[in-house]
Amino acid sequence: MEQKLHTSRQYENELREIKENLMYLGVLVEKAIGESVRSLLERDTEAARSVVDGDEAVDRLDEEIEEKCIRLLAIRQPAARDLRFITAAIKINAHLERIGDMAVTIARKAAALNEEPQLKPYIDLPRMAETARGMIRKSLDALIREDIDAAREVRREDEVVDSLNEQIFRELLTFIIEDPRTTHRALLIIQISKSLERISDHATSIAKAVIYMITGENVRHTKTDETVTGATPEDNR
Amino acid sequence: MKESNHIITTENVNFYYGDFKALQDITMGFEKNRVTALIGPSGCGKSTLLRLLNRMNDLIDGTRVEGKVLFEGADIYDPRVDPVDIRRRIGMVFQKPNPFPKSIFKNVAYGPRVNGVCRKRDLDALVEKSLLQASLWNEVKDILDRSAMTLSGGQQQRLCIARALAMKPDVLLMDEPTSALDPVSTAKIEELIEELKKDYTIIIVTHNMQQAARVSDCTGFFYLGRVIEYNRTDLLFTTPEKKQTEDYITGRFG
Repeated sequence: MEQKLHTSRQYENELREIKENLMYLGVLVEKAIGESVRSLLERDTEAARSVVDGDEAVDRLDEEIEEKCIRLLAIRQPAARDLRFITAAIKINAHLERIGDMAVTIARKAAALNEEPQLKPYIDLPRMAETARGMIRKSLDALIREDIDAAREVRREDEVVDSLNEQIFRELLTFIIEDPRTTHRALLIIQISKSLERISDHATSIAKAVIYMITGENVRHTKTDETVTGATPEDNR
Repeated sequence: MKESNHIITTENVNFYYGDFKALQDITMGFEKNRVTALIGPSGCGKSTLLRLLNRMNDLIDGTRVEGKVLFEGADIYDPRVDPVDIRRRIGMVFQKPNPFPKSIFKNVAYGPRVNGVCRKRDLDALVEKSLLQASLWNEVKDILDRSAMTLSGGQQQRLCIARALAMKPDVLLMDEPTSALDPVSTAKIEELIEELKKDYTIIIVTHNMQQAARVSDCTGFFYLGRVIEYNRTDLLFTTPEKKQTEDYITGRFG
């Protein structure tokens, strides 16, 4: 649906800035995930270090976006779609910042793993990372294009990541049982896998915030299937 | 919105100023003991509708009403109905405070006196009760003989509300009652509206959308003489159904 512009151009610009900043934050954290996983796969501890250092920029942008949102709430008293966008933006911003923290965790564990011989070839971890990154991209695309189908897809992909995480956990458990000397490395890998799983949870929450923004329907505590069938807000009236 | 609770309903109402059709096909119900806000840009017909509900438009030459306006089920435009009687039961408060150039007491007592209340004790009680209801009593109880014109704008507006309440109306129509007031007086009037809805039905026209969102239970959005959307206020301001409503309340005008 084509949106008319606000009569106040200043307001229009302020809203657009928040959107652009969220996109940029998304790019930053998505890249951080990519780099942190690459530092593991290529045993590149230098890359891990730059992910840790890069988190400061993520935190600063997070603060900036939050300030802008609060300022708009105070001076514009937004309503309807604008109100839903700003409240969604505050949540999405917080989730992206947490995703940045997860990337730092992954980078730290990767640096520790790089100190020891590789336990096993990594097959599922890169798949998880790719899926999680795709989910972040898709949820932010859904925000920009107001694409509710894309937002719902993100929720389904979360299940893929969850099952990969469980698979990795079981596999590493067998490593530990067979040879307890692998415990330290196995636990580090489990923590990385767990971080990726949580990243996909955050991406899912972003998608839910987008669904709220588009429809006004709160899907935070519903199962995927309920939303896929799609109760429109009219049904609730 | 359950129909049984409607104290006033309009059915397919059209309204004309001469040849100009100011309202088109208005069908709405106003719930008893609720606050209903009418919003929309200038010239959308919201004030016209408000004035139509107590036949205030009768005072303007060349106006014409089509359709029905039912107050407690009876058509107020029935030729047998006395408009003065209707205005007694459906009171009105205007944009600018318009107290009479008389004492505070006489302002409130004026309506009841004209309507035959003359015992001093009865009048005293009625004036006190009305001023209490309008949250003005404590500020004026020692200066009831002073001219109403010496009060501040916000106090004058509350005096006008007290004057309307002294007629013991069922419905109170308010036409932008705070647009000439400062934020403190505005907050007092809004607080008062919340109090008054226990005993009265209130219909308020306002240009201040935040005010509509704050004080009302239901909101109707008007545009070019039509009701575009009429819904619970919380829904209308968070998830409006019509794009025109959304554009207006989010500041996308023109």
